[in-house]
Amino acid sequence: MSKWKTIIGLEVHAEMLTATKMFSACPVVDSVEAPPNTATDPLSLGMPGTLPVINHEAMTYGLMVGLALHCEIPPFNQFARKNYFYPDLPKGYQISQYEHPLAVNGFLDIELSDGSSKRIRIRRAHMEEDTGKLTHVGDGSLVDYNRAGVPLLEIVTEPDIFSSEEAEAYARKLRAILQFLGVNHGDMSKGVLRFEANVSVMHESDSAYRTRTEIKNLNSIRSMVRAIDYEVQRQIELYERGDTVKPATLGWDEAAGRIIIQRYKERPDEYRYFPEPDLPVVQMSREWVEEVRARLPELPDKKRARFVEQLGLSAYDAMVLTLDKAVAQYYEEVLAHGVPAKSAANWMTGDIFRLLNDHKIERENIASIAATPAHIAKLIQLVESGQINANTARKDVLPLVWAEGQDPEAIVKEKGLAQVSDEGALAAGVAQVIAENADMVQSYLGGREQAINALFGKAMSMFKGKANPAIVKSLLQAQLDALRNV
Amino acid sequence: MTSLTELTISEALDKLRARELSSVELTQAHLAQIERYDPHVRAFITTTPELALAQARAADAAYARGEAKPLQGIPLAIKDVLSTEGVETTCASKILKGYKPIFNATAVQRLLDAGMVMLGKVNMDEFAMGSSTENSGFFATRNPYDLARVPGGSSGGSGAAVAARMAMGALGSDTGGSIRLPGAFCNLAAVKPSYGRVSRWGLIAYGSSLDQAGPMTRTVADSARILQVIAGHDPLDSTSMPAPVPDYLAVLAQGVKGLRIGIPQEYFGEGLQPEVEQAVRAAIAQLESMGATVQEVSLPHSKYSLPTYYIIATSEASANLARYDGIRFGAKVDRGDLWQTYKATRGQGFGDEVKRRIMLGTYALSAGYYDAWYGKAQAVRTLIKQDYDEAFKHVDVLCAPVSPTTAFKFGDNTADPLQMYLADVMTISANLAGICGMSVPCGFDAAGLPIGLQILAPAFAEDVLLRVGFAYEQATQFYKQAPRLLAD
Repeated sequence: MSKWKTIIGLEVHAEMLTATKMFSACPVVDSVEAPPNTATDPLSLGMPGTLPVINHEAMTYGLMVGLALHCEIPPFNQFARKNYFYPDLPKGYQISQYEHPLAVNGFLDIELSDGSSKRIRIRRAHMEEDTGKLTHVGDGSLVDYNRAGVPLLEIVTEPDIFSSEEAEAYARKLRAILQFLGVNHGDMSKGVLRFEANVSVMHESDSAYRTRTEIKNLNSIRSMVRAIDYEVQRQIELYERGDTVKPATLGWDEAAGRIIIQRYKERPDEYRYFPEPDLPVVQMSREWVEEVRARLPELPDKKRARFVEQLGLSAYDAMVLTLDKAVAQYYEEVLAHGVPAKSAANWMTGDIFRLLNDHKIERENIASIAATPAHIAKLIQLVESGQINANTARKDVLPLVWAEGQDPEAIVKEKGLAQVSDEGALAAGVAQVIAENADMVQSYLGGREQAINALFGKAMSMFKGKANPAIVKSLLQAQLDALRNV
Repeated sequence: MTSLTELTISEALDKLRARELSSVELTQAHLAQIERYDPHVRAFITTTPELALAQARAADAAYARGEAKPLQGIPLAIKDVLSTEGVETTCASKILKGYKPIFNATAVQRLLDAGMVMLGKVNMDEFAMGSSTENSGFFATRNPYDLARVPGGSSGGSGAAVAARMAMGALGSDTGGSIRLPGAFCNLAAVKPSYGRVSRWGLIAYGSSLDQAGPMTRTVADSARILQVIAGHDPLDSTSMPAPVPDYLAVLAQGVKGLRIGIPQEYFGEGLQPEVEQAVRAAIAQLESMGATVQEVSLPHSKYSLPTYYIIATSEASANLARYDGIRFGAKVDRGDLWQTYKATRGQGFGDEVKRRIMLGTYALSAGYYDAWYGKAQAVRTLIKQDYDEAFKHVDVLCAPVSPTTAFKFGDNTADPLQMYLADVMTISANLAGICGMSVPCGFDAAGLPIGLQILAPAFAEDVLLRVGFAYEQATQFYKQAPRLLAD
């Protein structure tokens, strides 16, 4: 066991995907798709004389997240100016919240691979505006202000995360919650959701935290995990050879798989926060908070519990089916066609997830595949009703449904894949297999029980795999038993 | 016939509506006045004669159609702190040279909608920081009553343009006295509305929690007309008040009988020029003779208003002025490297006073100093506001001088910034408290320089303010005394 413990706090910036920006009527657009600087207005550009006006929808979205994270909602919150010069910040200050955030003292329970769960405390969540986006080209930089002013919720944990695995579980769970709430689609490659990890290590003999570093530019959860592992190792190695860790802002180079030190922090950042004089204090009436609470959709934890309690799924299946809103939605649509919940869960977590993996499709994009929930439900019904066997369904039908979105019933009909369940025909076939494989039969009767599997395989291939395997199995057993008793 | 430039807005509107006068004639008369006098006064940074004449023609056409909007065909000047679409807006700063906004300030838009003819943009202390207009990044404006003296500031261009009859009225802005002081120095009626009465959208920010745009005219009624148009809630300004605007013209003539006037004793102490004190006390006596009652009141925290203001206003300014980096608008001093470009642009673009205030504000907000400076100033601001709340329990308005002295000479106060700051000592607390105030002409000193009576009223009681101002003005008519310049 290592003498070192990892301490992580995560800061998450989640854009609230409202129709318009945080403080003006300028539309919010997809910052990857939209041509640069086409979604701007005088306020987004920081033109003199412009004034912010609070977007009520954005505050509602932020409130939804705060409530979903079990936060307290103080009776009022207040915007503040965070001052710093940077070309992506057109006003020279960011309107954020400081002393009086929207939400405080919440928590998020995460599930770990050993089946345990852990509570990560949320220190605060506050509303702010996003900055523009810089692209470095040659000897200069280009600025795109489409993103400037997009509502942003910053969610900060306590340093309760002790491994990259826990960080990953937190990130995935939080992303699922944002998706379930419909406030953020969770596509990290588009920068709508950004994680920053504050990492330090603690020796078993320590009684206080050591210096932490801050890792930025994490474009995926996978990158975050790799970056944390790398940074923890780097810090331990520094300490073990007698060096110290200096406070620093770090970047992660995904291609090279290593940490880049962006700048050392000589002293704490000086942002000269003060209350935003252009905006009133935001009063959070109890009526508003309770109305939003009442309208919260079913969130991952609740859905997961329902899947276990009402549908009888295993804890693991229930968890993976609720990690992405799109997956849960897909699964529930399959169920809506009246198929057994457990079979549907098996198909989802087995064959469908494998195909997604093979085709490198993120689970959250499941809605984009050709096979519809109706198709998958039909496929399951064909198996359940004995019209095809599971193997045929998996090997012959599903690939066509997957690739071309064909109707499973039509495939079965067209390819003649319907299962043979006629006992007379099957009994004759089994008898023939027994007759033609005397040595295997002898071996079985002599005590080599597994020889029955070979005989079963021969019988199945005689019917080109379409035989009802359960019937074949019982016929084979019966005929062999009959021989034994002779 | 009196010169067209001697008409008040009210008189001109009567003639325009009666079709005895065209807006084109009226506008041409003012453009001619600018051509003749502005080389001496230097009030305008930008004149827009073609735009003005086009607007005048449109106003005449509207009169011909039978329309009569509140300020239709009236030539006005706009302080260069207010954004004007397509017309250069500089805040009298080199850093905004060449900047043409793509939108109008709400106050400007409302004037345009009311039929204003815009003559141009007038000079000011750079970013409204100053009390003499000597801090303009371009040139100083002179007082039409004595060209060797300042017109006051920061809305000195507005004050001088109206006093010299180059515009029938002007918009100024007041963060610590910047409408009332030039109003007093230039013999004008000048109103600082309550914070939240007039939209700040497009008013380029200096001290966001203090700034208000307001009218500067020769008569109180003219100010009432302009205020009527620009006042009222604006969804683009979250600090604008969503309350109905009274009919200011309708209440003007209600008189002061029974009105309770308070005299804040702290405003009549040391350093007050004797002629100013005499004139203001005479004005109060005049109001009393017209039926008002007078009593002394105390504003005990007045002495802290100057330092409180200079912490809050400069803190806000240090953030408000961060956006001027030469990248997206205004003048840029390109040094290749971004940080060098920032430094050169701001180093050369901002004048000394602006830099001084950015540094003061940056310091006041710094970690470790915030509580001692900004935090403390906010606490004192609350006390100052409570002083007024208490006073207004007993009186309807307060009367005091606008400034301890009449207009001073160029350079008199430039060597010592603190000396200059003292010019605002009597106006600043109204901004901190968010109440409304105005300056009304109340006489002249021995040198013939105008003296202003300051009237203060509770927040959103502009109607009371205007009523008192109007009653006093009608009884005394000091406003009729034109600057010597115009007699030459």
